[in-house]
Amino acid sequence: MGAINIIGAGLAGLSAAVTLAERGVPCRLISLQPSERAQSVLAEGGINAALDTMGEQDSPALHFEDTVKGGCDLADPNAVAALTEHAPETVRWLESLGVPFARSGGEIALRSFGGQRKKRTAYAQSSTGKMLMTALIDEARKYEAQGLIRRYSHHELIRLVISGGECRGAHVRDRITGLCAELPGRVILASGGMNGMFPSRTTGTVMNSGDVTATAFSQGVLLSSPEMIQFHPTTVGIPGKRCLVSEAARGEGGRLFIAKATGEKWYFMEEKYPELGNLSPRDVVSREMYFARRQEDTAGEVCLDMTGLSDDIWKNRLSDLREELIRYTGIDPKNTPVPVHEGIHYFMGGIDVDIRHRTNIPGLYAAGECCGQYHGANRLGGNSMLGAVYGGRTAAETAAEGFSPSQESEPAFAPLDDEPLLTPARESFNERLAVILTEALGIVRRADVLESAIGKVRALSEEAVCQREKLRCALALAMLRGALERRESRGAHYREDFPQRSDDFRRTTVARFEANDAVISFREIPERRAEQ
Amino acid sequence: MTYILDITRQQSTDSQPYVQSIPFETDDPAATVAFAMRQINASPDCKDINGETVTPISWECGCLQRKCGACAMVISGRPMLACDAVLSRVARGGRVSIAPLKKFPLVKDLTVDRSAMMEALKSAEVWLKAHASAEERNEGFVFDASRCLQCGCCLEVCPNFYAGGEFSGTAAALPMARLMAALPERDRELEKSYLRHFYNGCGKSLACRNICPAGIDVDSLLVNSNAAAVWKRRFGGRGR
Repeated sequence: MGAINIIGAGLAGLSAAVTLAERGVPCRLISLQPSERAQSVLAEGGINAALDTMGEQDSPALHFEDTVKGGCDLADPNAVAALTEHAPETVRWLESLGVPFARSGGEIALRSFGGQRKKRTAYAQSSTGKMLMTALIDEARKYEAQGLIRRYSHHELIRLVISGGECRGAHVRDRITGLCAELPGRVILASGGMNGMFPSRTTGTVMNSGDVTATAFSQGVLLSSPEMIQFHPTTVGIPGKRCLVSEAARGEGGRLFIAKATGEKWYFMEEKYPELGNLSPRDVVSREMYFARRQEDTAGEVCLDMTGLSDDIWKNRLSDLREELIRYTGIDPKNTPVPVHEGIHYFMGGIDVDIRHRTNIPGLYAAGECCGQYHGANRLGGNSMLGAVYGGRTAAETAAEGFSPSQESEPAFAPLDDEPLLTPARESFNERLAVILTEALGIVRRADVLESAIGKVRALSEEAVCQREKLRCALALAMLRGALERRESRGAHYREDFPQRSDDFRRTTVARFEANDAVISFREIPERRAEQ
Repeated sequence: MTYILDITRQQSTDSQPYVQSIPFETDDPAATVAFAMRQINASPDCKDINGETVTPISWECGCLQRKCGACAMVISGRPMLACDAVLSRVARGGRVSIAPLKKFPLVKDLTVDRSAMMEALKSAEVWLKAHASAEERNEGFVFDASRCLQCGCCLEVCPNFYAGGEFSGTAAALPMARLMAALPERDRELEKSYLRHFYNGCGKSLACRNICPAGIDVDSLLVNSNAAAVWKRRFGGRGR
């Protein structure tokens, strides 16, 4: 019958699958683990849409402005306009699937989130991602029973099938049987962010290895903005990872301070940013925390003070967050401020796509965190789930254009021994790579450190014992070279040697794979069209 | 502190299981079984107590913070998430036994194939047949039921569940409860499915009560689902 292949069954992949199924287009939903295990279930604070239910005269136009400004003018304005315009209907669709959004006066309630001038974030306590996923998993099941969505859980992408310059399928392996098959058809990549480049140092899951992005990159797929890595201001360390403290904590009134040597609490965000204060965009807050710690007259960690929040907020909006903090830090945030630290949280960059989520390879699309769309140099909280759902639906609509069913039967899985990409990268290798990247791609970056890191990664690449290790090095070089070439400071990318924003770099970084390395160029950002 | 992890290893369903005892040293009082196994797998030179090299342990791992359900296994005799199993709390005399869930087909070591759970939900036709619009009193139930991880811990302790049987256990009942709570009108087909795939096969042992790693209030959801499907009352309320 033919089908469209979706790699990844998180929020973007599920949204794409359901959208295709609604149109009667069959798909294969291919993922390492079932949807219940996807990183999307970790998403906490909410999803943005100018529903204007709080009497604040919000509008998609204001959502657009905040998103473009928060992204430091690096996002494609036409894509952002489409996203923000369709946000209300996207959230209404999720509501109809039974997502238990918090309500106020019978309507969906909205909370404040960073970098936004209006209450715009729909939420379900601090477990919004899990709620969205459960609803979408149930909806997808309906189409699974009809045969429109065929699940290939516990399957991994080996490589894309690209011939004649066009993507014609996905070569996958069943991780239980070890058998492989080439699944024909167009491919939507929805494989998540590149957390695996920074093992144990991010808020994400260990399954988002970045391997799909690295493989696609090596096959000629362009990347955009690979240097744009978001540090979330409020994370706490737990064994083996960073644990997110939702931005909702500040949206509901949490305040950041650091102790001065005199013992006085310095609420630095409120002092320096009177308008948005603690709810400034994440790049701003993370950087200020970094600098506040380094001031000579301060001591210790930055603390998140939620002791002023009402009982109602703790009970109805943040009960899960409180329970989690008590469990992981031993601190009850209702009574005591919690020490927090910036942690890698989101990759704004990734697979380069246009406004319809097409990559540079015909027949190949990408959506969700694996692609570099909507968020520019800094993503606003609440826009990731929106980008994943809307992006997944848009990619599906585009991929479905001109789809024609075929009479081919489903390909058989068979053993495949002689395939270099079957060997996984060694964890010890990944760790060595991560040490280099962590030093060079932190909150503050500098040319000499980046140059040194490029040298180290090239040397490490020589020690690679398998193809996946080589490709991870190439992906690392795309990040490092993007950061080196961008000789300015913008959003999440702060260069100590070029601390100002430069109009010359109001362009998208584009990385192309060449000889196990990355070549960087810059592309103009399109002007906003009058009509979408 | 050095713990001894007694891990059940098995190359495949065709081979014999054996227990490999692996020392793990940590000063971190918050260190979990998941953390320990990640460290062990990241150390190519790791040796067991007999000096044998430890080959990578197969297990499923995802979020490391109790939200994805990937790492469910039997730890010190109790099904739980490895990322929720703090070594100092689960160790008995410095030792921790770690074995795969027994209710599902083994893949390798601690990895099992839980796809029977997803298949059961498909057989029971667990999806919305109308737009959701929960009554206000049911919003909390929708939220709580939506938190189910599909990890399988409740099935592991259930005396009535076996993979592939008609009785699908609490892991299927909770998603059904979500739908019953979310729908503005009763769904008779769903209620029949609940009877067939859950209520009729449940021996009321209540073994699933306190095992949920997500802390879902299983009692409330089952009581209300029973009220709707068995006693023909509205979910979350008293009226018919």
